[in-house]
Amino acid sequence: MSKREEVPKVNAGSMADIAFLLLIFFLVTTTIETDVGIDRIMPATTNTFKGKILERNIFRIEVNNKNELRVEEELVEIEDLKGIVVDFLDNGGAVREAPDFCDYCKGNRDVSSSDNPSKAIVSLTYTRETGYGMYITVQNELIAAYNKLRNRESQRLFQVNYSTLMEQYEHPGTSSVVKERLKERITQIQNLFPQKISEVKVE
Amino acid sequence: MSKFAKKKDGDVPAVSTASLPDIVFMLLFFFMTVTVMKDSTLKVENTLPNASETKKLEKKDRVIYIYVGKPTSQYEKVFGSEPKIQLNDKFAGPSEVGDYILQERAKKAQELQNVLTTALKVDKNANMGLISDIKQELRKVNALKVNYTTYEGDAFMNLNR
Repeated sequence: MSKREEVPKVNAGSMADIAFLLLIFFLVTTTIETDVGIDRIMPATTNTFKGKILERNIFRIEVNNKNELRVEEELVEIEDLKGIVVDFLDNGGAVREAPDFCDYCKGNRDVSSSDNPSKAIVSLTYTRETGYGMYITVQNELIAAYNKLRNRESQRLFQVNYSTLMEQYEHPGTSSVVKERLKERITQIQNLFPQKISEVKVE
Repeated sequence: MSKFAKKKDGDVPAVSTASLPDIVFMLLFFFMTVTVMKDSTLKVENTLPNASETKKLEKKDRVIYIYVGKPTSQYEKVFGSEPKIQLNDKFAGPSEVGDYILQERAKKAQELQNVLTTALKVDKNANMGLISDIKQELRKVNALKVNYTTYEGDAFMNLNR
Protein backbone atom coordinates (compact mmCIF):
# COMPACT_ATOMS: atom_id res chain seq x y z
CA MET A 1 0.00 0.00 0.00
CA SER A 2 1.22 3.39 -0.79
CA LYS A 3 1.73 6.02 1.87
CA ARG A 4 -1.44 7.76 2.94
CA GLU A 5 -1.92 10.81 0.83
CA GLU A 6 -1.71 14.17 2.55
CA VAL A 7 -4.81 16.28 2.73
CA PRO A 8 -4.51 19.11 0.24
CA LYS A 9 -4.45 22.61 1.73
CA VAL A 10 -7.59 24.64 1.42
CA ASN A 11 -7.00 27.72 -0.63
CA ALA A 12 -7.42 30.75 1.59
CA GLY A 13 -7.10 33.26 -1.18
CA SER A 14 -10.77 34.14 -1.17
CA MET A 15 -10.88 34.75 2.56
CA ALA A 16 -10.26 38.46 2.04
CA ASP A 17 -13.15 38.66 -0.40
CA ILE A 18 -15.49 37.03 2.07
CA ALA A 19 -14.38 39.35 4.85
CA PHE A 20 -14.85 42.36 2.55
CA LEU A 21 -18.33 41.18 1.75
CA LEU A 22 -19.21 41.00 5.43
CA LEU A 23 -17.59 44.36 6.10
CA ILE A 24 -19.58 46.04 3.36
CA PHE A 25 -22.78 44.46 4.63
CA PHE A 26 -22.17 45.96 8.06
CA LEU A 27 -21.24 49.31 6.62
CA VAL A 28 -24.54 49.54 4.79
CA THR A 29 -26.93 48.23 7.39
CA THR A 30 -25.63 49.95 10.50
CA THR A 31 -25.17 53.48 11.68
CA ILE A 32 -23.05 55.05 14.35
CA GLU A 33 -25.70 56.40 16.68
CA THR A 34 -25.39 58.80 19.53
CA ASP A 35 -27.13 57.89 22.72
CA VAL A 36 -26.41 60.95 24.78
CA GLY A 37 -28.64 63.92 25.34
CA ILE A 38 -30.09 66.41 27.75
CA ASP A 39 -32.60 64.84 30.12
CA ARG A 40 -35.65 66.83 31.13
CA ILE A 41 -38.75 66.06 33.10
CA MET A 42 -41.73 68.08 31.99
CA PRO A 43 -44.41 69.17 34.42
CA ALA A 44 -47.72 67.36 34.17
CA THR A 45 -50.59 69.34 32.65
CA THR A 46 -52.56 69.09 35.86
CA ASN A 47 -49.69 70.38 37.91
CA THR A 48 -50.14 74.12 38.06
CA PHE A 49 -48.39 76.09 40.68
CA LYS A 50 -50.48 78.29 42.91
CA GLY A 51 -49.01 80.70 45.33
CA LYS A 52 -46.94 83.80 45.33
CA ILE A 53 -43.39 83.95 44.04
CA LEU A 54 -41.38 87.04 44.73
CA GLU A 55 -40.14 88.78 41.65
CA ARG A 56 -36.58 88.77 42.94
CA ASN A 57 -36.62 84.97 43.04
CA ILE A 58 -37.43 84.69 39.36
CA PHE A 59 -34.68 84.83 36.80
CA ARG A 60 -36.16 85.69 33.43
CA ILE A 61 -34.48 84.52 30.26
CA GLU A 62 -35.99 85.37 26.93
CA VAL A 63 -34.98 84.14 23.52
CA ASN A 64 -36.73 86.00 20.71
CA ASN A 65 -37.35 84.94 17.13
CA LYS A 66 -33.99 86.30 16.00
CA ASN A 67 -32.28 84.03 18.53
CA GLU A 68 -31.27 87.01 20.66
CA LEU A 69 -30.90 86.34 24.34
CA ARG A 70 -32.31 88.68 26.96
CA VAL A 71 -31.81 88.30 30.67
CA GLU A 72 -34.05 90.49 32.82
CA GLU A 73 -34.77 92.51 29.67
CA GLU A 74 -31.14 93.17 28.90
CA LEU A 75 -29.32 91.78 25.90
CA VAL A 76 -26.53 89.43 26.90
CA GLU A 77 -24.14 87.20 25.05
CA ILE A 78 -24.77 83.48 25.37
CA GLU A 79 -21.20 82.95 26.58
CA ASP A 80 -21.96 85.05 29.68
CA LEU A 81 -25.19 83.27 30.55
CA LYS A 82 -23.66 80.55 32.71
CA GLY A 83 -21.87 83.06 34.92
CA ILE A 84 -24.98 85.19 35.39
CA VAL A 85 -27.11 82.17 36.29
CA VAL A 86 -24.51 80.99 38.80
CA ASP A 87 -24.48 84.45 40.38
CA PHE A 88 -28.27 84.45 40.62
CA LEU A 89 -28.60 80.94 42.11
CA ASP A 90 -25.73 81.33 44.51
CA ASN A 91 -26.78 84.79 45.64
CA GLY A 92 -28.41 83.87 48.95
CA GLY A 93 -29.93 87.29 49.57
CA ALA A 94 -31.94 86.36 52.66
CA VAL A 95 -30.64 87.94 55.83
CA ARG A 96 -29.01 85.83 58.52
CA GLU A 97 -32.07 85.91 60.80
CA ALA A 98 -34.54 84.91 58.07
CA PRO A 99 -35.77 81.30 57.93
CA ASP A 100 -34.52 80.79 54.40
CA PHE A 101 -31.03 82.07 55.06
CA CYS A 102 -28.56 80.20 52.89
CA ASP A 103 -25.45 79.24 54.83
CA TYR A 104 -23.62 77.56 51.97
CA CYS A 105 -24.05 80.29 49.38
CA LYS A 106 -20.94 82.14 48.33
CA GLY A 107 -22.69 84.82 46.24
CA ASN A 108 -22.98 88.56 46.62
CA ARG A 109 -25.90 88.41 49.10
CA ASP A 110 -27.66 91.04 47.02
CA VAL A 111 -31.11 91.73 48.51
CA SER A 112 -32.62 92.41 45.08
CA SER A 113 -31.64 88.95 43.77
CA SER A 114 -32.67 85.44 44.85
CA ASP A 115 -33.17 84.66 48.56
CA ASN A 116 -32.12 81.06 48.56
CA PRO A 117 -31.19 78.50 45.86
CA SER A 118 -34.24 76.44 46.78
CA LYS A 119 -36.47 79.44 46.07
CA ALA A 120 -34.74 80.51 42.89
CA ILE A 121 -36.67 79.83 39.71
CA VAL A 122 -35.30 80.17 36.21
CA SER A 123 -37.96 81.12 33.72
CA LEU A 124 -37.19 80.52 30.07
CA THR A 125 -39.35 82.17 27.45
CA TYR A 126 -39.12 81.43 23.76
CA THR A 127 -41.16 82.02 20.63
CA ARG A 128 -42.26 79.70 17.86
CA GLU A 129 -39.46 80.96 15.62
CA THR A 130 -36.67 80.42 18.12
CA GLY A 131 -34.14 77.97 16.70
CA TYR A 132 -33.79 74.57 18.30
CA GLY A 133 -30.00 74.88 18.31
CA MET A 134 -30.22 78.06 20.35
CA TYR A 135 -32.71 76.47 22.74
CA ILE A 136 -30.39 73.52 23.36
CA THR A 137 -27.46 75.85 23.94
CA VAL A 138 -29.43 77.80 26.53
CA GLN A 139 -30.58 74.59 28.23
CA ASN A 140 -27.02 73.35 28.19
CA GLU A 141 -25.74 76.51 29.83
CA LEU A 142 -28.44 76.36 32.51
CA ILE A 143 -27.56 72.79 33.37
CA ALA A 144 -23.88 73.69 33.31
CA ALA A 145 -24.56 76.42 35.88
CA TYR A 146 -26.43 74.02 38.17
CA ASN A 147 -23.76 71.38 37.76
CA LYS A 148 -21.02 73.85 38.60
CA LEU A 149 -22.69 74.74 41.90
CA ARG A 150 -23.57 71.13 42.67
CA ASN A 151 -19.98 70.11 42.02
CA ARG A 152 -18.79 72.78 44.40
CA GLU A 153 -21.10 71.67 47.20
CA SER A 154 -20.30 68.03 46.59
CA GLN A 155 -16.59 68.81 46.81
CA ARG A 156 -17.18 70.61 50.08
CA LEU A 157 -19.30 67.88 51.67
CA PHE A 158 -17.89 64.67 50.20
CA GLN A 159 -14.65 65.75 48.53
CA VAL A 160 -15.86 64.37 45.21
CA ASN A 161 -17.54 65.92 42.19
CA TYR A 162 -21.31 65.66 41.77
CA SER A 163 -20.80 64.41 38.22
CA THR A 164 -18.56 61.63 39.55
CA LEU A 165 -21.29 60.64 42.03
CA MET A 166 -23.81 60.49 39.19
CA GLU A 167 -21.46 58.44 37.03
CA GLN A 168 -20.89 55.97 39.82
CA TYR A 169 -24.60 55.78 40.50
CA GLU A 170 -25.43 55.06 36.87
CA HIS A 171 -22.58 52.61 36.38
CA PRO A 172 -24.08 49.13 35.93
CA GLY A 173 -21.37 47.50 38.04
CA THR A 174 -22.21 49.45 41.19
CA SER A 175 -23.67 47.27 43.93
CA SER A 176 -27.01 48.17 45.46
CA VAL A 177 -25.49 48.92 48.86
CA VAL A 178 -23.17 51.51 47.35
CA LYS A 179 -26.03 52.79 45.24
CA GLU A 180 -28.14 53.48 48.30
CA ARG A 181 -25.38 55.52 49.84
CA LEU A 182 -24.74 57.39 46.61
CA LYS A 183 -28.42 58.12 46.18
CA GLU A 184 -28.53 59.66 49.62
CA ARG A 185 -25.66 61.95 48.76
CA ILE A 186 -27.05 62.84 45.38
CA THR A 187 -30.42 63.81 46.82
CA GLN A 188 -28.70 65.87 49.46
CA ILE A 189 -26.83 67.85 46.81
CA GLN A 190 -29.91 68.14 44.63
CA ASN A 191 -31.84 69.57 47.53
CA LEU A 192 -29.21 72.24 48.02
CA PHE A 193 -29.55 73.37 44.41
CA PRO A 194 -32.86 72.06 43.05
CA GLN A 195 -33.36 72.57 39.34
CA LYS A 196 -36.38 74.78 38.93
CA ILE A 197 -36.66 75.72 35.31
CA SER A 198 -39.98 76.84 33.96
CA GLU A 199 -40.60 77.16 30.26
CA VAL A 200 -43.08 79.45 28.59
CA LYS A 201 -43.82 79.72 24.92
CA VAL A 202 -45.16 83.01 23.66
CA GLU A 203 -46.78 83.47 20.28
CA MET B 1 28.24 28.54 -8.51
CA SER B 2 24.55 28.36 -8.97
CA LYS B 3 24.16 28.85 -5.27
CA PHE B 4 25.36 32.39 -5.63
CA ALA B 5 23.70 33.10 -8.93
CA LYS B 6 22.51 36.67 -9.00
CA LYS B 7 18.84 37.27 -9.31
CA LYS B 8 17.78 38.81 -12.48
CA ASP B 9 17.47 42.58 -12.20
CA GLY B 10 14.03 44.07 -12.01
CA ASP B 11 12.39 41.00 -10.57
CA VAL B 12 10.56 42.51 -7.62
CA PRO B 13 9.04 39.86 -5.36
CA ALA B 14 5.25 39.99 -5.09
CA VAL B 15 3.84 41.60 -1.93
CA SER B 16 2.35 38.95 0.27
CA THR B 17 -1.40 39.34 0.64
CA ALA B 18 -1.66 36.69 3.31
CA SER B 19 -2.44 39.26 6.00
CA LEU B 20 -5.11 41.01 3.97
CA PRO B 21 -7.96 38.93 5.45
CA ASP B 22 -6.71 39.74 8.94
CA ILE B 23 -6.75 43.44 8.23
CA VAL B 24 -10.22 43.29 6.76
CA PHE B 25 -11.48 41.23 9.67
CA MET B 26 -10.07 43.82 12.03
CA LEU B 27 -12.03 46.54 10.23
CA LEU B 28 -15.11 44.34 10.24
CA PHE B 29 -14.94 43.78 13.99
CA PHE B 30 -14.42 47.48 14.56
CA PHE B 31 -17.58 48.31 12.67
CA MET B 32 -19.52 45.49 14.30
CA THR B 33 -18.72 46.82 17.75
CA VAL B 34 -19.21 50.56 17.31
CA THR B 35 -22.33 50.60 15.16
CA VAL B 36 -25.90 49.55 15.66
CA MET B 37 -28.48 48.30 13.19
CA LYS B 38 -30.61 50.95 11.57
CA ASP B 39 -34.11 50.65 12.92
CA SER B 40 -35.91 53.07 10.71
CA THR B 41 -34.93 54.91 7.58
CA LEU B 42 -34.62 58.57 8.19
CA LYS B 43 -36.76 60.63 5.91
CA VAL B 44 -35.77 63.91 7.52
CA GLU B 45 -32.51 65.74 7.79
CA ASN B 46 -31.14 65.06 11.21
CA THR B 47 -28.10 67.04 12.19
CA LEU B 48 -28.36 67.00 15.96
CA PRO B 49 -27.13 69.94 18.01
CA ASN B 50 -24.12 69.69 20.31
CA ALA B 51 -24.19 69.83 24.08
CA SER B 52 -21.65 69.25 26.79
CA GLU B 53 -23.83 68.59 29.85
CA THR B 54 -25.25 65.37 28.52
CA LYS B 55 -26.43 62.17 30.07
CA LYS B 56 -26.28 58.76 28.51
CA LEU B 57 -29.56 57.25 27.43
CA GLU B 58 -29.63 53.95 29.23
CA LYS B 59 -31.40 50.85 28.09
CA LYS B 60 -32.62 51.03 24.54
CA ASP B 61 -35.82 49.13 25.19
CA ARG B 62 -37.10 51.98 27.33
CA VAL B 63 -36.84 54.62 24.68
CA ILE B 64 -39.33 55.91 22.14
CA TYR B 65 -37.84 57.94 19.33
CA ILE B 66 -39.33 60.94 17.60
CA TYR B 67 -37.47 62.49 14.68
CA VAL B 68 -37.95 66.06 13.56
CA GLY B 69 -36.38 67.89 10.67
CA LYS B 70 -36.68 69.12 7.12
CA PRO B 71 -37.74 66.34 4.71
CA THR B 72 -34.75 65.12 2.73
CA SER B 73 -34.40 66.16 -0.92
CA GLN B 74 -36.15 62.96 -1.99
CA TYR B 75 -39.33 63.90 -0.12
CA GLU B 76 -39.06 67.65 -0.42
CA LYS B 77 -41.29 67.83 -3.50
CA VAL B 78 -44.17 66.07 -1.78
CA PHE B 79 -43.88 67.27 1.78
CA GLY B 80 -42.34 70.71 1.37
CA SER B 81 -39.27 72.09 3.05
CA GLU B 82 -40.75 72.97 6.43
CA PRO B 83 -39.56 70.77 9.32
CA LYS B 84 -41.76 67.72 9.83
CA ILE B 85 -42.18 65.02 12.43
CA GLN B 86 -41.26 61.46 11.57
CA LEU B 87 -42.81 58.68 13.61
CA ASN B 88 -41.50 55.23 12.71
CA ASP B 89 -41.41 55.42 8.92
CA LYS B 90 -44.09 58.00 8.30
CA PHE B 91 -44.40 61.74 8.36
CA ALA B 92 -46.93 62.95 10.87
CA GLY B 93 -48.51 66.06 12.29
CA PRO B 94 -48.14 67.15 15.90
CA SER B 95 -51.61 65.82 16.76
CA GLU B 96 -50.56 62.25 15.95
CA VAL B 97 -47.72 62.24 18.47
CA GLY B 98 -49.95 61.40 21.43
CA ASP B 99 -51.47 58.35 19.73
CA TYR B 100 -48.06 57.19 18.63
CA ILE B 101 -46.69 57.35 22.16
CA LEU B 102 -49.67 55.43 23.53
CA GLN B 103 -49.27 52.80 20.83
CA GLU B 104 -45.56 52.39 21.46
CA ARG B 105 -46.12 52.32 25.18
CA ALA B 106 -48.65 49.51 24.83
CA LYS B 107 -46.09 47.46 22.90
CA LYS B 108 -43.58 47.55 25.75
CA ALA B 109 -43.52 45.17 28.67
CA GLN B 110 -45.81 46.02 31.55
CA GLU B 111 -43.06 46.83 34.02
CA LEU B 112 -41.36 49.22 31.59
CA GLN B 113 -44.43 51.26 30.74
CA ASN B 114 -43.90 53.73 33.53
CA VAL B 115 -40.20 54.31 33.01
CA LEU B 116 -40.19 55.15 29.32
CA THR B 117 -38.19 58.03 27.95
CA THR B 118 -39.04 59.90 24.80
CA ALA B 119 -35.94 60.75 22.82
CA LEU B 120 -36.39 63.79 20.63
CA LYS B 121 -33.97 63.66 17.74
CA VAL B 122 -34.41 67.09 16.34
CA ASP B 123 -32.47 68.78 13.58
CA LYS B 124 -30.74 71.85 14.91
CA ASN B 125 -32.29 74.07 12.27
CA ALA B 126 -35.84 73.26 13.34
CA ASN B 127 -37.95 75.86 15.12
CA MET B 128 -39.18 75.69 18.69
CA GLY B 129 -42.81 76.06 17.54
CA LEU B 130 -43.02 72.47 16.37
CA ILE B 131 -41.05 71.22 19.36
CA SER B 132 -43.34 72.91 21.84
CA ASP B 133 -46.35 71.41 20.03
CA ILE B 134 -44.77 67.98 20.46
CA LYS B 135 -44.01 68.67 24.10
CA GLN B 136 -47.61 69.72 24.67
CA GLU B 137 -48.81 66.46 23.15
CA LEU B 138 -46.37 64.47 25.26
CA ARG B 139 -47.63 66.15 28.38
CA LYS B 140 -51.19 65.26 27.47
CA VAL B 141 -50.36 61.55 27.41
CA ASN B 142 -48.20 61.86 30.49
CA ALA B 143 -44.91 61.05 28.77
CA LEU B 144 -43.01 63.53 30.86
CA LYS B 145 -39.49 62.20 30.65
CA VAL B 146 -37.84 63.54 27.54
CA ASN B 147 -34.31 63.43 26.28
CA TYR B 148 -33.12 65.93 23.71
CA THR B 149 -30.63 63.74 21.90
CA THR B 150 -27.46 65.59 21.01
CA TYR B 151 -23.91 65.01 20.00
CA GLU B 152 -21.27 65.39 22.65
CA GLY B 153 -19.52 68.66 21.91
CA ASP B 154 -19.33 72.38 22.42
CA ALA B 155 -22.82 73.84 22.72
CA PHE B 156 -21.77 77.15 21.21
CA MET B 157 -21.28 75.43 17.89
CA ASN B 158 -25.08 75.27 17.51
CA LEU B 159 -25.31 78.95 16.82
CA ASN B 160 -24.93 79.93 13.23
CA ARG B 161 -22.79 82.94 13.51
